[in-house]
Amino acid sequence: MQTDQKNGGTESLPRSRVYEAVTERLEILDTEGLVDDALMPEIDPGRIRDLYRDMVLMRAFDDKALKLQRQGRMGTWPPIKGQEAVQAGVALAMGDSDWLIPAFREHGVMVLRGVPLHLIYAYWAGDERGSSFPEGVRCFPVAVPVGSQWQHGAGVGLSLKLSGDDAVAVTFGGDGSTSEGDFHEGLNCAAVFDARTVFVIQNNQWAISVPLHQQTKAETLAQKAHAYGVPGIQVDGNDVFAVFVAADEAIRRARRGDGPSLIEAVTYRLGDHTTADDASRYRGEAEVKKWEGRDPILRLRRYLERVGLWDEDQETALLEEARTWVDGQVAKLEEMPPQEPAEIFNSMYAEVPPHLAEQREALADEVRS
Amino acid sequence: MSAQGAEGSALRAVPEVVAEKLTIAQAVRNAMLQEMERDEKVLVLGEDVGVDGGVFRATDGLVERFGTDRVLDTPLAESSIIGMSVGLAATGFRPVAEIQFMGFVYPAINQLFAHAARMRNRTRGRLACPMVVRMPYGGGIHPPEHHSESYETLFLNTPGFKVVVPSNPYDAKGLLAAAIRDEDPVLFMEPKRIYRAFREAVPAEPYTLPIGKAAIAREGNDVTLIAWGAMVRLCLDAAEVLSRDGVSTEVVDLRTLNPLDRHGLIESVAKTGRAVVVHEAPRTAGFGAEIVAQINEHALLQLEAPVLRVTGFDTVFPLAKLERYYLPSRERIVKAVREVLSF
Repeated sequence: MQTDQKNGGTESLPRSRVYEAVTERLEILDTEGLVDDALMPEIDPGRIRDLYRDMVLMRAFDDKALKLQRQGRMGTWPPIKGQEAVQAGVALAMGDSDWLIPAFREHGVMVLRGVPLHLIYAYWAGDERGSSFPEGVRCFPVAVPVGSQWQHGAGVGLSLKLSGDDAVAVTFGGDGSTSEGDFHEGLNCAAVFDARTVFVIQNNQWAISVPLHQQTKAETLAQKAHAYGVPGIQVDGNDVFAVFVAADEAIRRARRGDGPSLIEAVTYRLGDHTTADDASRYRGEAEVKKWEGRDPILRLRRYLERVGLWDEDQETALLEEARTWVDGQVAKLEEMPPQEPAEIFNSMYAEVPPHLAEQREALADEVRS
Repeated sequence: MSAQGAEGSALRAVPEVVAEKLTIAQAVRNAMLQEMERDEKVLVLGEDVGVDGGVFRATDGLVERFGTDRVLDTPLAESSIIGMSVGLAATGFRPVAEIQFMGFVYPAINQLFAHAARMRNRTRGRLACPMVVRMPYGGGIHPPEHHSESYETLFLNTPGFKVVVPSNPYDAKGLLAAAIRDEDPVLFMEPKRIYRAFREAVPAEPYTLPIGKAAIAREGNDVTLIAWGAMVRLCLDAAEVLSRDGVSTEVVDLRTLNPLDRHGLIESVAKTGRAVVVHEAPRTAGFGAEIVAQINEHALLQLEAPVLRVTGFDTVFPLAKLERYYLPSRERIVKAVREVLSF
C-alpha cells in the first residue's frame, strides 16, 4: 500500500459504481384505442373480445354489489371500478394450474380464475362459506390485513418450486401495501429462494385517503424490485395489452425457474375505498374526471371498434348478458341456506376439541330456547 | 390421565424398547429427523437451522441428511418464516418453522394470528395450515434481553392454534412428532432452560403422544401442583422437599395448554382439594388465571383452600443479574403449598 500521500492513504481505492438500474414503463394501448403495433402482442381477435367481455362483466358485478350494499343486501364492499384491465390482463397470462393469492380488491381476477361470483358476494355479505372455493380452484381466500398476502405468494411460489409443480403463484396487492414490511420481506424471500412468484401491485393511487406520494418518496413502485435483485416493470394498468405482456413475461420467467418479478400496474380507483368510505373527503373531482378519461374498458372498446371487432349490437347483447349473469349470481347468493350457528365452531380445527364442543352445545341450547 | 396408562405416562413409564439417553434438544432433533424420513412433505425452515444446525443444535445434521430443499435457512425475517409457511402448508407441505427465541416472535404475530390460526375456519376447511412453530421459550439461561420470555398467553387467547409444551425428552419427541402430523398449526414451546439439563431414555423408534392430554409427573394426595415446561421440574423438586415433611404432592404436567386437558386437571384437584399453579409468564391474565377459573367452575365444592399462583411478576423479564428474583423458585412453590395446606 502506498503511504506517501498527504494523509498517509492510497489512491487505489476509489468510489466506484457497483450497481446501476433502469426501470421501464410499458404502454401499448392509448386512451383513444390506438395501439403501438411494434409492441402489440399476438392475441387471437376472439380472445381480445373475451377480454373486453371479462372487463364489462367485472364492472357489472361491481356495480351490482354497490347497489346491493345500498339496499342492505351486501356488507362492506371494496369496489374494483377502474381496475378491470389489471385483473383481466393478468388472468389472461395465467395458466390453468397457476395459483392466485389475492389481497381484497381482486374480485375480477378471482372470478376469472374460477371463483364463483356468488361466493365472492357471500364473503362480503358476511358468510365464511364465501371463501370455501370449489375443489380445484387454485386461489387463496381474500387477505384483509394489508400486505400480509405477499409472503403467502412467496411461500406458494416456493412450494411450487420444491414440489416440482410447473405452476406459478401470482399475488396481488395495492400501493399502500408496499409500505408494509411484509411487501419487502416477501419480495426478498421469494428472490432468495427463486420462488415461482409474480408480484402484481395494483397502484390505484390511494390507500384509503393517503395518496401515493405520501406512501413513498420513490418515483415508481416498480423500482423497488431492484433492491431485491428481481426484475421490475411499470405498466399502464388501464392498458390491458401492456398488463398482459408484462404478466406473460413475468409468469414465463417464473415458470422457467428463473425467479420472481414485480409488476407495478398504474391504475386508479374510480370508486371509494369501500362502501364505508367517502372519497370526496380527500380527493377532487377533477382528478377523478381525468382518470375517467383513461377508463380501461372505454379504450379497449374504442380499439375493438376501430379494428372492426365490435359494434353496437354486440355491446347491447353483452350488457344484457352481464345483467342476466349478475342477476343469476345474486339469486344464487340469496338462495344459500343460512349457516347454522354451530358453524362458528366447526372449522376451527380439523377435529372440534372438547372445550369448543361444549361451547357449541351451549350456543345450541341458547338458540333453541 | 393416569400414571400407568401407556399414553399419559410421560415421565416414568418409558416403553421397554430400544432406547437411548437423550436431552430435550436431542429428542426434538430426533423427532424432526424421523418425521422427515417418514414424510417427504415435512420441511424445516428458520434462521440458522441449516449448516449451523440451529443455535441450540436442535436441527443439527438435518441439512446434510435432507438437503437444502428440505432444510431451509431463511433470510432473517420472522414474519416471512411464518408467512411463507402459511403458503407452504396451504399447498401441501408440512413446514416445521423455527422462531429462534420466543422473544422474537412479535414480527410474526400478524401472520400467526391473522392467517395461520384462521385459514381453516376462513375457508371452511378448504385450506388449512398443518404447520409447527418451534419456539425456545423461558428464562433461566442468563441471556441478553428478549431471550427469556414466555408468551404462551398471547397464543392461548387466539383461537386456531394448539399450544404444546414438553417438560422432558420423552414427551418432547412424542409430542413433536404428533405436532408435525397434526392437521392444524401447533405452537411448540421448548423449555430452553432444560434443553440439555438432563438425559432420559427415549425410544429409538418413532412414536407420538396425544396432544391435549396432561400427565401425572408425580402422584400425591394432599395438594396438586399444576405446571408445564421447565416449571415441571421445579415442581418435582418442591414436591421432594415437601415430602420430607410428610406432604404428599401431586404434580400435573399439562403438556398441552390448548386444548387443555380439563378432565385430567380437575380429577387431580378434586382428589387433593388444594392446588397451586406455577408459570414463568406474568401473573395478570396469565394462563394460571384461566386454570383457577376452570377449577372454580368445575371443582369449587371439592376445594379446601383458594387456589394460589406462583408466577413471574407483572414486569418486563429482567436481565441476567435479577432474573433469579423474577422466576418462580422451589422455595416460592413450597411456601405457596404450605399456605394452601394451612388455610
